[in-house]
Amino acid sequence: MGRSVQDSAFSGISRRTVLKAGAAAAAFAAVPVAAPSILRAQTPAAVKIGILQPVTGALAHDGDLGRLGAEMAINEINAAGGIKSLGGAKIEMLFGDARSTPEAGTQEVERMQAEGVSAIVGGFASPICLAASQAAARYDLPYLVDVGVSDQIMTRGLANTFRFSPGFGKVTQVALDNLTAINDRAGKPAKTVVLVHEDGLFGSGLAKLLQAELPKRGFEILETIAHPTPARDMSNVALRIRSLNPDLVIPSNYYGEFVLLARTMQQQRIKPKGVYAILGGAASNGRFVKEFPQAAQNVIDCNHWHDPKNPKALALRKAVEGQGKSFAYNVSLNYSNLLLLADAIERAGSTDRKKIIEALNASTFAGHIMPYGPTKFVNGQNEGATPINTQIQGEDIKVIFPDAFAEAKANFPAA
Amino acid sequence: MTARDLIPIAVLTILAALLPLVVTSSPVLNFLVFMLIVALGAQGWNILGGFGGQFSFGHAAFFGTGAYVTAILQLRYGVNAWAGLVLATGAGAVVGWSIGYLSFRSGLRGSYFALVTLAFAEVFRILANAASFTGGAAGLLIKLDVSPANLQFADRAVFYWLVLALVAAVLLLTRWIQRSRFGAQLVAVRENEDAAKALGVDSLAVKLRAIALSGAVTALSGCLYAQYFLYIDANIAYGSWISVELLLAPIIGGVGTVFGPVVGALTLHGLGEVAKQFAGRIPGIDLIVFGGVLVLAVAFARGGILGLLERLRDRGRGMVARGTKEVSHAGR
Amino acid sequence: MYSPQIILEAALNGLMTGAVYALIALGLTLIYGVLHIINFAHGALLTCAMFGVWIAWAWLGMDPYLVILPLVPLMFALGYGLQRFVIGPASHGDDGNILLVTLGLSIVLENVLLALFQSDTRTLDTDYSFQVVALGPLLLSYPRVIGLGVAVVVTGLLWLVLNRTDTGKAIRAVAKEKLGANLVGIDVPHVYAVTFGMGCACLAVAAGLLMPTFYVNPRIGGAFVLVAFTVVVLGGMGSLPGALLGGLFIGVVESLCGLFLGDSLGQIGIFLIFIAVLLVRPTGLFGAKA
Repeated sequence: MGRSVQDSAFSGISRRTVLKAGAAAAAFAAVPVAAPSILRAQTPAAVKIGILQPVTGALAHDGDLGRLGAEMAINEINAAGGIKSLGGAKIEMLFGDARSTPEAGTQEVERMQAEGVSAIVGGFASPICLAASQAAARYDLPYLVDVGVSDQIMTRGLANTFRFSPGFGKVTQVALDNLTAINDRAGKPAKTVVLVHEDGLFGSGLAKLLQAELPKRGFEILETIAHPTPARDMSNVALRIRSLNPDLVIPSNYYGEFVLLARTMQQQRIKPKGVYAILGGAASNGRFVKEFPQAAQNVIDCNHWHDPKNPKALALRKAVEGQGKSFAYNVSLNYSNLLLLADAIERAGSTDRKKIIEALNASTFAGHIMPYGPTKFVNGQNEGATPINTQIQGEDIKVIFPDAFAEAKANFPAA
Repeated sequence: MTARDLIPIAVLTILAALLPLVVTSSPVLNFLVFMLIVALGAQGWNILGGFGGQFSFGHAAFFGTGAYVTAILQLRYGVNAWAGLVLATGAGAVVGWSIGYLSFRSGLRGSYFALVTLAFAEVFRILANAASFTGGAAGLLIKLDVSPANLQFADRAVFYWLVLALVAAVLLLTRWIQRSRFGAQLVAVRENEDAAKALGVDSLAVKLRAIALSGAVTALSGCLYAQYFLYIDANIAYGSWISVELLLAPIIGGVGTVFGPVVGALTLHGLGEVAKQFAGRIPGIDLIVFGGVLVLAVAFARGGILGLLERLRDRGRGMVARGTKEVSHAGR
Repeated sequence: MYSPQIILEAALNGLMTGAVYALIALGLTLIYGVLHIINFAHGALLTCAMFGVWIAWAWLGMDPYLVILPLVPLMFALGYGLQRFVIGPASHGDDGNILLVTLGLSIVLENVLLALFQSDTRTLDTDYSFQVVALGPLLLSYPRVIGLGVAVVVTGLLWLVLNRTDTGKAIRAVAKEKLGANLVGIDVPHVYAVTFGMGCACLAVAAGLLMPTFYVNPRIGGAFVLVAFTVVVLGGMGSLPGALLGGLFIGVVESLCGLFLGDSLGQIGIFLIFIAVLLVRPTGLFGAKA
């Protein structure tokens, strides 16, 4: 079972390498178009793009949302006439289930390669991204990491691997800068901090960076508390927070644990001046807000988030929510990645892998829905990528920082 | 060992070795490599569980040790990957012997032994996830540097041949165990430990040898996993998934037989690939089929696939025998 | 480093969490005591029960505690059916087979739930979910106090069933001497299935007690199963009072280890105890009869 990020006693079996071809939304019918006056005998061959997401195992929920984002972008591109420089070639999605494990991700990359994809987008979890991008590198196959935040992904010098979204280092840096700015603006009410993190790659990595950086910015870390995923109980964590009475709690964990923590803190009547999540599993999740509005109130998150002032983002949000799904950040990220890739193929005017990689390296694409500005890849990493701050206010998640994107003022310290 | 023991192993190995010359499809090769790595680990399990009758639920402890030892040696101490392979195998033997010493000396058998191995694997997993020299939760990334000297090959077929050679070597080892005095003692301990002791078999020593060998072979497979995927973390290396997988393969294939683990691994992973055709968009459907087949296999194929085949063969022979009134069982 | 109040509170929290562990372990130990098998589907069955509670709450608006009443017979029936028609016939009475069949079952159950509910994490909310009982300066979680009480009552009830009813006598007879029980006319497969059903019924109670404060997803059962194994071994395989005391003890150990070592490393405390008990005194700390 999906052990890449978490492993439970005997669920180990669901990780077995099985892959499945998702019914491609953009199933392309190659009907010859009779256009006698134009020299075009038939519609151009579809451009195959591999979408790799973990839709079974531990990360299935996230993978499902990632696939949704990719699908919506592909539908949109095709509806708008496909890749024009290739004579209006449609994009055909080749879906692969990464099963939440690195070896299943690798196997899918091999299959996609065999079926002739031009590029691969996705991976979600860092271990999957690490293994899959490496397998793709054997074939110079362009690989766009959708979410995987581990900095190791981009430091291996793989020419085929690109990351449009920010990595750990960047997220932490921005999270700290923004925290300092928000705190300064409020008259520096927060001085002491307790870190609560899950003990996997994501939580531990973040905690390490924070431990090094927070003291430099005048915050005192009272304690760092690690917990496993899944955690059966958060009362101990809450107890320790209560006894330490910090100004600020900085959690980094997944949905279930964060909800448990927030509710337990509410129960234990722990009211710090602020809860400042970094890449918080629930803190930017619409369902958390809807189901536990009281526990969720005023939680701040520094996370991947779409630009709320972008009309395209708002339209996408409406469409996604219309399907009864939550508009999570990996929907926007996969959506943007597909647009970015389509733009690169458009400019490359070819499905040649080397040319696509060149086009990606030269990309200045700005038609995405993230608050990143024009794209600029340096060694595969998008330099403009940055997380932004949101806060749960009332029944909505509002962007509160930086000001250029803010929809509301930060409620800090929380009343 | 006689020529009769060696020929089937040699023939099958040569046939399997010729495969990459016929099948050039990368997905197939990649599938086979991973399958063989699992088969190798399962062979390790089979030495202790199949021949010795000591069902371990925690072979991840050995698999993970192999993976971590080679990764740490290469990353922290600049040891060559081939040397890492040898040392990792040795480390597996040491860990196996130690766990065996603790548990067998306390007289743990059956369910108790299964549970204690499970717990050891979990302790290793938690420690590897927390300690800094194992890379903690971030895991370890072996440097991508394709060169035969680094045990990294540009062609997947080479890695396939390497794993295949090791699987064949363990097939020979298992065949030797089966034929040796040590093997006979091991089986005696499995069938009736008290009786074996009464006959003068030092059951503790026999079981310790078995678990050390078992640990070594499984560590070797863990080491190959790390070398093939170049990334490990605590949940990959010490996760319960691998314990379950290493135990299922021999049981499905034929527990306590020479070819059982390989047949089982091939069946399980092949089944997985077939089941994916049924999967569609609903998550988990394939695994439901898989779990169901497992239950059915146990219900109707006792002794695993090899056991089933043998029964079918015997039945066929029985019919022939009845038909011709020939009762000679020469050659059996 | 911590004030005595915090330590006391952590210990009490642990005690109450342990009560739920005890309930899960009760089912496991009962099944082990009679059938002599390790039921690997226990975690998946717990997940089924938890989804049962969630469905009744989400679709029918039932209170999670009330759901326990109909869920107990339902889970009993599920357990009875599984043992009678799947595990029993499929395993031919061989221990290794039973292990595999229950493993196969857990894979099937877990993935049926995955197919039905996706891997989404679900929670439910009640008025009392996060209420506290103030005990002087201590704030105790209301649902957990109830959990502790119910666990003790259920253990008592089970003990009564086993010791004061004919079915209980038959179960104990089968546990002690299967062959003899068979000879005096006890329907052994029926008794096995009843035992398995009772083990599953315990899970229904545990699920009802967990859900007001916990969450459920198709993989969640695994989080409890290893702890339940530890409890069973600690209490002595097959011993009901052992399971209760073992559960409470493990809960406290986990909580205190978590407090001092952090929740991640705190888990090690449990496994080290587990290993130590197995190595030193495999019959369990509470001197259970096999």
